[in-house]
Amino acid sequence: MAATLVLIELDRQQVKRPSLHAITLARQLGGDYALLVLGHDLDKIVATLVSYGASAVIVADDPALAEPLADRYAKVIAEAARQHGATTLLGSSSTFSKDVLPRAAALLDAPMLTDVLAIEQVNGATAYRRPINAGSMVATVKVEGNFCVLTARATAFEAPAADAAPCPIERLKLEAATLADGMQFISREQPVSDRPDLTEARVVVSGGRPLKDPETFERLVGGLADALGGAVGATRAAVDAGMAPNDYQIGQTGKVVAPELYIALGISGAIQHLAGIKDSRIIVAINKDPEAPIFQMATYGLVGDLHQIVPQLIEAIRRA
Amino acid sequence: MKVLVSFKSVPDPYAGLGDSASKSVINPFDEIAIEEALRIRERGEATEIVGVTIAATAADEQIRAALAMGVDRAIRIDDARALDPYAVARILRALVAKEAPQIVLMGKQAVDDDSNQVGQMLAGLLGWPQATFISKIEFLENKTRAQCTRETDGGLEIIAINLPAVVTTDLRLNEPRYVSLPGLMKARKKPIEVLTCDQLGVTVQPLTTTLSTSRPPKRAAGTRVESVEELVAKLKQEAKVL
Repeated sequence: MAATLVLIELDRQQVKRPSLHAITLARQLGGDYALLVLGHDLDKIVATLVSYGASAVIVADDPALAEPLADRYAKVIAEAARQHGATTLLGSSSTFSKDVLPRAAALLDAPMLTDVLAIEQVNGATAYRRPINAGSMVATVKVEGNFCVLTARATAFEAPAADAAPCPIERLKLEAATLADGMQFISREQPVSDRPDLTEARVVVSGGRPLKDPETFERLVGGLADALGGAVGATRAAVDAGMAPNDYQIGQTGKVVAPELYIALGISGAIQHLAGIKDSRIIVAINKDPEAPIFQMATYGLVGDLHQIVPQLIEAIRRA
Repeated sequence: MKVLVSFKSVPDPYAGLGDSASKSVINPFDEIAIEEALRIRERGEATEIVGVTIAATAADEQIRAALAMGVDRAIRIDDARALDPYAVARILRALVAKEAPQIVLMGKQAVDDDSNQVGQMLAGLLGWPQATFISKIEFLENKTRAQCTRETDGGLEIIAINLPAVVTTDLRLNEPRYVSLPGLMKARKKPIEVLTCDQLGVTVQPLTTTLSTSRPPKRAAGTRVESVEELVAKLKQEAKVL
């Protein structure tokens, strides 16, 4: 039994590190928590999860779960929550958990809150703070009933320490034949990159529409990111224009990042983009328009033509 | 094939800061869902497109806009309450039982509450397959299945789903058409059916309540630098990030 069940996300047979931040929210909620991981061939992964202070790591390991198909995953997750008498089912905000957890919530007849930033006590009851309207407002929301599903915004919670004594591992008994069969995995186009993951990087360099074409984007945005050992991001406009792949998109409908250093190249600062960067520690904006809204929130702003400035900046950083 | 497309009226997300009390629009992601329904019909793969929204009469302007884009008929489920995604999904399930579409299309999220839940919940309640955040859809095998490309955090994923199914749309699926004047004229003659939850035989109570809203703390504007050298010096000495 555990009060909270935390869904851990995998990516290419590795734990997706930001998904561990949901453990920090589980600790704040109080009570026992168990970790839940689904997939196939998970022994090595499970071994890395036993020291997070959970009451157990619950494992659903089956060839039928090798790919995260929502119909199967939601069923197994809902079943695990029922069996463990959990009162909260928790994941971290990502396309994975946004795909499977609302479906699991429906199977459990439960409400759900996306992108939880913090919990607070209001008149003795737990309430949750979450962004709305592209992060321009924050709502404080109360949930009725005794079960709810949450996703935590990873950037709002610290990485948890893994220093507890190893916890037991429980294997969920699955009957693969009873799993839904209406969705089939075909393929994945996963860009191979030596750069750090966007949501985990210490430095993020991002580009907007003025980068013009994929070659210039890669040379300037990619070049500066490489000089800093950082990740590459993009605005919606840059992705729409085909300069960068979809998984580079940062903002309301893309990824949320909070690196030590965020460098915005040719980004004017639509609120939809700012929603995804505003918790970065240092923001640098380089833009030729001195009136660009991004300058109102940038730690350092430099007005000028990025085609000239960025090569100089790459050079200066290499020398530094 | 019958397509049900659901949409929500939201405050115009591209309105300037000064005119916050301005007009409502169809949620941009739902507009993409409507456009895709039209393209499916134009390819000869759909015979009817039914639009649905859950709202008070205030949303009639957005319903007319959906009809003007080319939706065949519209249903407004008359409910002015602030419903949460689970309540919306339960109402839509009741409507799906009545309309029996082969596919339900909607935007992946509404840009006002940013929940990104309704489509997945509806699919779960119906026990139907789902394809979320799609940037492409093709029908296969005499429209018994569809192949969808999904935009995920790790790049693009291609899955096949059996129909009927629920599909939620991402930004790059298409670019919605503008409403034409003849379209608007035609829309006036198209029927809008008004239904209540009672008539659909569904009782919903929102399970979440917004207690308050507030503006998040604003980031203070920083300093302008005049040169690359000055920027690098600040990043090194002041910010200590290099």
